[in-house]
Amino acid sequence: MTSVFDPELILYTTAIGLITIGLAGVVMSSHLFRMVLALVIAEAGANLMLVLAGYRWDAVAPILTSLSEPAAMVDPVPQALVLTAIVIGVGIQALAVSLLIRIRQRYATLDRKEAAERMDSEIAASMGAARDVSQDAPLGERPLPPIPADQVNMRGGDAP
Amino acid sequence: MSDIEVWILLLLALMMLCAAVMVLLVKNHIAAVAAASVVSLGLALLFVIMRAPDVAMTEAAVGVGLSSLILALALRRLGLWKVDSEQVKYILLSHGGENKDG
Repeated sequence: MTSVFDPELILYTTAIGLITIGLAGVVMSSHLFRMVLALVIAEAGANLMLVLAGYRWDAVAPILTSLSEPAAMVDPVPQALVLTAIVIGVGIQALAVSLLIRIRQRYATLDRKEAAERMDSEIAASMGAARDVSQDAPLGERPLPPIPADQVNMRGGDAP
Repeated sequence: MSDIEVWILLLLALMMLCAAVMVLLVKNHIAAVAAASVVSLGLALLFVIMRAPDVAMTEAAVGVGLSSLILALALRRLGLWKVDSEQVKYILLSHGGENKDG
């Protein structure tokens, strides 16, 4: 190692920093689009972490250029997996963005709390209940009365 | 790994972390999308230094190009495409006409 900085230390710090910033953004942001962007950042950090798992600072790229004995190579397996993960990540982004478009069409807002509020009140209205009903007490009748214990057929299978 | 590569690595790492913080803090959503694509671009350059050229190509094409395109088009559909500066807005409107679906 010729430098004063350890390259693996820099790379690990970057990966963990990106994952931390992304997850903090997912948890703390109040705007839904900002949440999707934070997810993109966390995903970038995870990809960097995976490639870093197969990285050696003294190795060459895993490409055979001649038939002779190759030098030390970095591990190509995490690279192949990250290649898939990048494409899947873009698919997740497209799905999240389409959900955002539907949320905005339906509830006319992208604020997290406001959208959750309107979603709750819509669900409550479709049930025919008040908005802030208790979650412990059931609203109406039970759909089926509980069966008494002596009438329960314990044999199973095809009863007569 | 030579000395100059470590310095490039350090520079890229700082750039990516600053852009990641900027994504969460900046007000304008177009700027946030641009900062997110800066993070992806730095990641592609890091992959080149880390001897993963195939991953770097994919990240540059898909992560920087397609992902930013999706997010920018979603900004228009979500009505978040707002340009802050009055002067820039004037220039854009004089060339591109009224923004219909924004």
